[in-house]
Amino acid sequence: MSAVLAEVAAPRADSAARPLLEAIRLGRRFRGLAAVDGVTLDVRIGEIHAVIGTNGAGKSTLVNMLSGELAPSAGSVRFAGDDVTRWSQPRRARAGIGRSYQRTTIFGEFSVLENCRLATQANAPHAWRVWQPAARDARGVEIAQRVLAAAGLDGDARRVAATLSHGAKRQLEIAMCLATSPRALLLDEPLAGMGAEETGRMLDLLVALKDDHAILLIEHDMDAVFKVADRITVMVNGQVIASDTPERIRTDRAVQVAYLGEGAGR
Amino acid sequence: MASDAVAGTAVVDSVADVGALPDIARREPGGWLVPAAAALVVAALPFFVSPYGQDLVLRIAVYAIFALSLELLVGATGLVSLGHAAFLGIGAYATVLGSGSDGASLAWLLPLAVAAAAAYAVVVGALSLRTRGVYFIMVTLAFAQMAYFVVHDTKAAGGSDGIFLYAKPTLAIGSTTLVDLGNRAALYYAVLAALAFTYAFIAMLLASRFGHALAGIRVNEQRMRAAGFATTPYKLAAFVVAGALAGLAGFLLAVKDGAVNPELLSWHESGAVLLMLIFGGIGSLRGAVVGAVAFTLLKELFQSEALLGPLAPHWQLTLGLTIIAFVAALPRGLIGIGAQLRALARERAARAARNAA
Repeated sequence: MSAVLAEVAAPRADSAARPLLEAIRLGRRFRGLAAVDGVTLDVRIGEIHAVIGTNGAGKSTLVNMLSGELAPSAGSVRFAGDDVTRWSQPRRARAGIGRSYQRTTIFGEFSVLENCRLATQANAPHAWRVWQPAARDARGVEIAQRVLAAAGLDGDARRVAATLSHGAKRQLEIAMCLATSPRALLLDEPLAGMGAEETGRMLDLLVALKDDHAILLIEHDMDAVFKVADRITVMVNGQVIASDTPERIRTDRAVQVAYLGEGAGR
Repeated sequence: MASDAVAGTAVVDSVADVGALPDIARREPGGWLVPAAAALVVAALPFFVSPYGQDLVLRIAVYAIFALSLELLVGATGLVSLGHAAFLGIGAYATVLGSGSDGASLAWLLPLAVAAAAAYAVVVGALSLRTRGVYFIMVTLAFAQMAYFVVHDTKAAGGSDGIFLYAKPTLAIGSTTLVDLGNRAALYYAVLAALAFTYAFIAMLLASRFGHALAGIRVNEQRMRAAGFATTPYKLAAFVVAGALAGLAGFLLAVKDGAVNPELLSWHESGAVLLMLIFGGIGSLRGAVVGAVAFTLLKELFQSEALLGPLAPHWQLTLGLTIIAFVAALPRGLIGIGAQLRALARERAARAARNAA
């Protein structure tokens, strides 16, 4: 059990202080339009770093470059000391960069447990032994049960994923992400469409996870962001206009003008 | 929307049946009993059926292998190929060309046919899997047409007339012949064994972690990449296995017919095997077999001059209209009839309950 624990969450004592995932002057242009322009930020284990900004500010593009789904047109991405700018998404995922999607992307026709077990498999030894049924994948099932318990879904393990409530699907999305044993989590609007109670449960989960994960959180729910974030970066038109603690961001004049609106904060 | 709801409820049923397994909704009622019973019945048929009937059973069995191989791509992985006949044809041609005029050993011809088809699948897969959706359909079709014209226009391959297989393959140790596929009974049971092998092999693949990864790729490839799967090698592996098994079907077809011709590689043949899957029900191994049975029998029926008289030469029209009617009435194929009826009964019960209230 302890081996599995270590596999799910592999905290490194020495890495807590240093940035785990870094964007360095990262940029991406779409037909001459700069969606992301010279963004530098980092995420450390033990913190939730929220990125906020209006629609079209470039948040999702930034996440897609960090996860490897989109190649940057400028700058670089570093993870755990390696330059991973040219790594494919699967390779980055196996190295420990997990992500969730804004639109729920669970495998609806599989059981909840199988959704998570499948996610453990890319890193599994001997996954090509085709004569072994997946149902006997003891390691995968054990990790899956652990992450489901962590996400508060252990009671639903045998259900068909498509039949879960919206909030539970979002929790499953996070659980699947955890099943890949990531050290950095890129969460793209995990609270989208959730009710108050579900939101509270998800925020508790995120706070619990930050102990041994570096979490980059993209979120529109400002109350939630200011409640859980340790650092907040504000993006406008593809650029970072401020990056600081929630208290300072709340009173930052430039942020109030550009993002919260001229009348905000008075 | 209505069909989504139907699919959802069916999945719930099947998962409940399985109980404690971390499963995928690909369970079929009755487990191994149904295919095993069907195999026993088919194995007993030669004692009751004329040689013509036996030949029809063989043709159905070979097409069932072919359809199962495509099911691994279409149903399991979500890759719709319209060029699968190329692998059938290459397996068949390799059998005849590798045999020479004196015949050859089964131990050499069968691996040759399978390897030739698999080799072409490596090339086609490596290039076509860069594309998706309708482009994938077109690229696979283009590669099949290329193979068709190479065979059609090459003298060594017999051109448009094709070539004969002069001697059927045998398996011998020293001077003792163990298997002689020239013997009708031996061929019958060899084809049946090949079908059972193909069915069990694909079922094993689908139950494995590899098969579950293919299912994940079918449902949401992007999510699989985010979970760390380099999806292209998985798809290529499925493509090559499917091509190799189609090559096995081609080997059996060449031995059964004693001849090959370019039409084996034609797009009609690729379309026909895709229709078998749609007809039987995509996403089910049984559906692939049932589709092969139904398609071949219907084709036989509509080609029969004794039954249909002057309509017989126009069998493509009658068969086509019949399939359209079936697919319109049975969106989940013949294998889905049961689930469709159950859903209908549930709906009726729900409506009755509403009216009573």
